[in-house]
Amino acid sequence: MLLIRGLCAEIDGKPILRGIDLEVPDGEIHAVMGPNGAGKSTLAHVLAGREGYQVTGGSARFDGTDLLALEPEARASAGVFLAFQYPVELPGVGNANFLRTALNAQRRARGEAELDAVQFLRHVRSELKRLAMADEMLKRDVNVGFSGGEKKRNEILQMAVLRPKLAILDETDSGLDIDALRIVADGVNALREPGFSALVITHYQRLLDHIVPDRVHILADGRITLSGDADLARRLEAAGYAGLAAEVA
Amino acid sequence: MSAALAALPRGFLARYEAGGGRLSGDRAARAAAARALAAGFPGPHDEAWRYTSLRPLAEHAWAEPPVATPDPAALLARFDAIDAPRIVFVNGGWREDLSRPPAHWRRPDRAGARPGTLARPEREPMVALNTLFAEDGALIELPAGVDGGTVLLLHLALGTAEAPFACHPRHRIRLGAGARLALVEASVGEGVYLHNPVTEILLGEHAVLSHARLQDEAAGGFHLATLYGTLARGAHYDGFLLALGARLSRAEAHVTLEGEGGRVHLNGGQLLAGTQHADFTSVVRHAAPACASRQTVKSVLGGMARGVFQGRIEVAREAQKTDGYQRAQALLLSPDAEVDIKPELEIFADDVKCSHGATVGALDAEQIFYLRSRGIPAAEARAMLVRGFLAEALADIAAGPARTMLEQAVELWWRRQQP
Repeated sequence: MLLIRGLCAEIDGKPILRGIDLEVPDGEIHAVMGPNGAGKSTLAHVLAGREGYQVTGGSARFDGTDLLALEPEARASAGVFLAFQYPVELPGVGNANFLRTALNAQRRARGEAELDAVQFLRHVRSELKRLAMADEMLKRDVNVGFSGGEKKRNEILQMAVLRPKLAILDETDSGLDIDALRIVADGVNALREPGFSALVITHYQRLLDHIVPDRVHILADGRITLSGDADLARRLEAAGYAGLAAEVA
Repeated sequence: MSAALAALPRGFLARYEAGGGRLSGDRAARAAAARALAAGFPGPHDEAWRYTSLRPLAEHAWAEPPVATPDPAALLARFDAIDAPRIVFVNGGWREDLSRPPAHWRRPDRAGARPGTLARPEREPMVALNTLFAEDGALIELPAGVDGGTVLLLHLALGTAEAPFACHPRHRIRLGAGARLALVEASVGEGVYLHNPVTEILLGEHAVLSHARLQDEAAGGFHLATLYGTLARGAHYDGFLLALGARLSRAEAHVTLEGEGGRVHLNGGQLLAGTQHADFTSVVRHAAPACASRQTVKSVLGGMARGVFQGRIEVAREAQKTDGYQRAQALLLSPDAEVDIKPELEIFADDVKCSHGATVGALDAEQIFYLRSRGIPAAEARAMLVRGFLAEALADIAAGPARTMLEQAVELWWRRQQP
């Protein structure tokens, strides 16, 4: 599904990704862990198509398509979803309108019929219910006045409504209390099925207690230095990044 | 100053001498207005008119409105949904056939235009013009304690490029102690014309006036409106003005808080494109203690449009515990759009809270990326953000006919901008 080969990227001429090799097969959840400054968020941003990064080498293919050649909105329509580390506030833009516009834009791009207001509400209400979130969330402006936890929950709601094939969670767990963490994890676990993959980017192991990954990759200094099963995250928690590096060496 | 602009007030004066308007002030006011016009129109060196030039006015030979009564059905249809008494003017004159007048209103007569007048023709050139040429207007006077409900005040202009005309309505709203009114005002039109209304507002103790104004004049129209207000103890004036029409517009407001505990809101929005120019100028005078004034102006400027916001807060020595606040936010959609924001505070009391702030910028790249990352194409993402900005400007207006009218106007404006 997602196949990254030798991916290199810079910000303002400063190399951040120095040859990432990573494969996330269909239906699997992979975690990318690493210390601050390793390039975790850069990887997420480059995959989602954010401006300000120069890809200097390598490739990222998604279902065989060259992801890096697509506009951000086309990546979304192709099935890639980025859950932001810092979700953006959109004053004056209602959450319901936002979700419906996004969903219909993706459906349009894929040649599917758009949902009318009634169909959309039915869809979004069932997702809200499944995630145990209040309808009130829809009436507010996107992320405006939301607490940190509410913003992350809103990301999960968007993911549930848009049903991506690949979700990239960029440190979605940062700044969350245990209840919010559980909601995020439940949201991801609920989508777990063939046809849904996720790349869970995190600094800490604790999210991975709730979303048990199929594979864990350690990202350090712009490269994947170590890959293993879920147990790798627990070893990392015990030894620390430095300790694990020593262990490997 | 250009020769054409210098000649313009002389032309008006000559016309006045041949016969002014039906309401043209009392002798002293007429004389003051004539002197003000003889001194000429303000130029770029007049501080109050630094950002707004009246020069485009000189491109036209302004005549009287046509005598034939045109049929403004198409313009009027926009307001069909507002179920309220309405006072309708066409080309400056009252139209009985189109109006459903409220109680407590009459047309001003010459005598009615006189006592207790707030307008200052000697200071404001457009007010001087209005003073000399006013023909008609609405006089709404609510006795103490009366709730006047909602009243719609419409000005429809039907001009042509071949026969540009000027009209100068003179309105007055006076609310007795504890009276309430929701005044919904709109100015729309076609062709080339100058709409130069002067509105005087006198609010008695604890009277409440909410005043929503829509300026959606014709693309070739000029709208130069001056409002004077005075508030007695505990009175509230809650004003909102949405300016999106006219080639050149200026809305000037002079409001004085005369009694303790008064509150004035002078909020507004400007939506401009092409080469439009809109100016909001206000002077809020705190003359009594413990009054509050609030101004939030949001502008969306595209093309080569120019938005101006000048706001002065004056706090007299006795106006302790004044709470004054001004905020201007401009969204520039094009590198050629321009905004000029000039806040001024003049404070003689020592225990006051006054502040102002301004933010000017383009659309936020982070917000655009967030929307695009959800599958929304770039152009649609930008449109959503602009509409969000506009929705915010209207967010504080209570649901009702005014809010609906303004939202529809924004929607219409937005559709006009789409290629």
